[in-house]
Amino acid sequence: MLSSTADHLYWKARSMERAENTARMLDVTYRMSLLNQAVDEPHHEWRAMLSISGLHEDFEARYTEPSAENVMHFMALDEKNPGSIYNSIFSARENARAIRGTITSEMWEALNQTWLEMRRIHTEGIAEDGVSRFFEWVKERSHLSRGIAHGTLLRDDTFRFLRLGTFFERADNTARILDVKYHILLPSLNDVGGAADYYQWGALLRSVSAFESYRKVYHDLLTPKRVAELLILRPDMPRSLTACMNEVNRLIQEINGPRSSELLRRCGMLHGALRYGSIEDIFTHGLHEYLSDFLERIYELGDLINTTYFWSADE
Amino acid sequence: MKIAYDEMYVADGSVREHYRSYANWLQSTPDSVIARKREEADMAFHRVGITFAMYGEDAGQERLIPFDIVPRIIPAHEWQRLADGLLQRVRALNAFLHDIYHDQEIIKAGRIPAKQILENSQFRKEMVGVAVPEQIYAHIAGVDLVRADNGDKLGEYYVLEDNLRTPSGVSYMLENRKMMMRLFPELFARNAIAPVEHYPDLLLNNLRSVAPAGISNPNVVVLTPGQFNSAYFEHAFLAQQMGVELVDGNDLFVRGETVFMRTTQGPQRVDVIYRRIDDDFLDPLAFRKDSMLGVPGLFSAYCAGNVTLANAVGTGIADDKAIYMHVPEMIRFYCGEEPILSNVPTWELSKPKDREYVLAHLQELVVKEVHGSGGYGMLVGPTSTADEIAIFRDKILAAPEKYIAQPTLSLSTCPTYVESGVAPRHIDLRPYVLSGKEITMVPGGLTRVALKEGSLVVNSSQGGGTKDTWVLEN
Repeated sequence: MLSSTADHLYWKARSMERAENTARMLDVTYRMSLLNQAVDEPHHEWRAMLSISGLHEDFEARYTEPSAENVMHFMALDEKNPGSIYNSIFSARENARAIRGTITSEMWEALNQTWLEMRRIHTEGIAEDGVSRFFEWVKERSHLSRGIAHGTLLRDDTFRFLRLGTFFERADNTARILDVKYHILLPSLNDVGGAADYYQWGALLRSVSAFESYRKVYHDLLTPKRVAELLILRPDMPRSLTACMNEVNRLIQEINGPRSSELLRRCGMLHGALRYGSIEDIFTHGLHEYLSDFLERIYELGDLINTTYFWSADE
Repeated sequence: MKIAYDEMYVADGSVREHYRSYANWLQSTPDSVIARKREEADMAFHRVGITFAMYGEDAGQERLIPFDIVPRIIPAHEWQRLADGLLQRVRALNAFLHDIYHDQEIIKAGRIPAKQILENSQFRKEMVGVAVPEQIYAHIAGVDLVRADNGDKLGEYYVLEDNLRTPSGVSYMLENRKMMMRLFPELFARNAIAPVEHYPDLLLNNLRSVAPAGISNPNVVVLTPGQFNSAYFEHAFLAQQMGVELVDGNDLFVRGETVFMRTTQGPQRVDVIYRRIDDDFLDPLAFRKDSMLGVPGLFSAYCAGNVTLANAVGTGIADDKAIYMHVPEMIRFYCGEEPILSNVPTWELSKPKDREYVLAHLQELVVKEVHGSGGYGMLVGPTSTADEIAIFRDKILAAPEKYIAQPTLSLSTCPTYVESGVAPRHIDLRPYVLSGKEITMVPGGLTRVALKEGSLVVNSSQGGGTKDTWVLEN
């Protein structure tokens, strides 16, 4: 496959997955902000969300305060924010457009439709009572996009690079979503185990569609350790770090290629650490530290994917 | 202006034989159904994203080329003559290209003045003596035909232009057919319409047939200037339909006079490039140095015979407007036959006698720039103001050799949906001829329609639309 085609496939999938996860992250923050009415520090959740997305500087340069309305606009519709849902969908569509001959026409048509609809929403704005509906819409379009790929694509490298983008982005985002909780909780650690805490973990689980799965797996109260275990180590939980890295690792082995040995090695190490990790070790190490470390490794791995498949100086 | 030849109706208002079945259907179909179908077509084109990028003030915008649901219908016997004429013409043009880049017999024979070829900016000296597979230069030709009354010859076909560089539009021919079959399947059951859907297969076969010698399973790619090119949709479409890679300059590189594409599995050799980039931009080492679209070293690989370019470099000399008037002579010279299709009578403004006539009759004539393309540098006398004509007169006097003039043909019309209902609009036709080991074409082409009342300019960049083209099988 052409390197540039692989690049577009990978980023098409990453962008769409990012749109979905941004919607999920906004959703969980929104829910938490409704629960946590801390008077001493208003907009705390929204500030936290901006900092884990790494977008707080851009936000502060252009907005006055991190109110729900402002952050929501910034993250959902702002065309100057490269990480907004609007721009993620735009980027998914532009990447798909560049390779529309490689993907199936159903895939392209659905994505083009998503973009046309996004543009309409962008012009009309999101009404206050339409916030949840908007998040649902983004998630649905992402499900649709993935579903069409799954149902129509030949299982060749086209499919693999799309999946690689999806799971790579998802691993990154699940780690960030878990970390939201850390940022929000930090100032009120004494609340651990309280009612507010319960609702916050519940909201977090719901945001990654894992609430029902939690019940099924643990048949027990929500505890931070179990939530973390579910979202980090359970291989059967489709958004967990382990599940994502299982896929990434398998895909990289299948794609292979003459330059991939270092990528295989580094990916295998990260995968192995998750596969044989324990939640006790993670908590001893510190959840936040663990997640920060994971994000850094994922970032390095992303660079390596780039030089292995998409770009190389020696030709 | 007198009334133009209409494809559907005879002057007395009766319907032509080959349109009868369609006309009956149209009459018996309620307006509301037609309106719904037109809406459906619009939505479908938008959803599929068959768009056309605009230059100029709307730069960056994507527009739909308007699609009209009334087909242009050509009866079988008429098509047969057209097809014979087109194949004959393209054979002669390829023979001409081979000749002028090798022995130049046609010049030696005194049939075309040497100056008109050798001093033409479209003549590529770099191509002299370069051997190309099968001696084919114009692998894909898009010949523009128009139809007009000429004295007692009613609805005579004329060749207006031979497009031998990177003719576009064939994707619309295919998409229009797909759309018509989706909207009106019953029409295809009632009429024997020759299929065009196998065009991509013919194209791929044709490209593979001209691969460098000794390559058993040639790797064909489509080379595009990129996604901001106005015809990008078509490039992507054709690559997909043929099942080959769509590449831009950055995907390719040359090593050891061989072209490779960058892939996730390392470099892979490329044998045939269907390029949709102009000669000037192909290779910054050989042509324009500022080209960001091309591939450094491509031309040297081409001259070494390690890769085939379709179309070949230097075909622009054969479709130049200054050479156009010599095509009938080429047919006689290379094929030993009389031309089947007519040329539009043409005046050369470099000739004093022609110039004198043209300047006295500017209101009636169309004046075209010799190296212009796509309807930008032209004067359409009958629809121009006195001021516009005066300005053009000055341009002609400043550089007469840059212009030719032709009578204003009253292009044939075809009923077309416009705001006020169905009305006659002027149309042309671009069939596509494929040359390689064999010469082939599909029965049909792209019909373009000038949507503005009275307008003769069908270019999509100037508000033209398109129609499905039906060649009847009986």
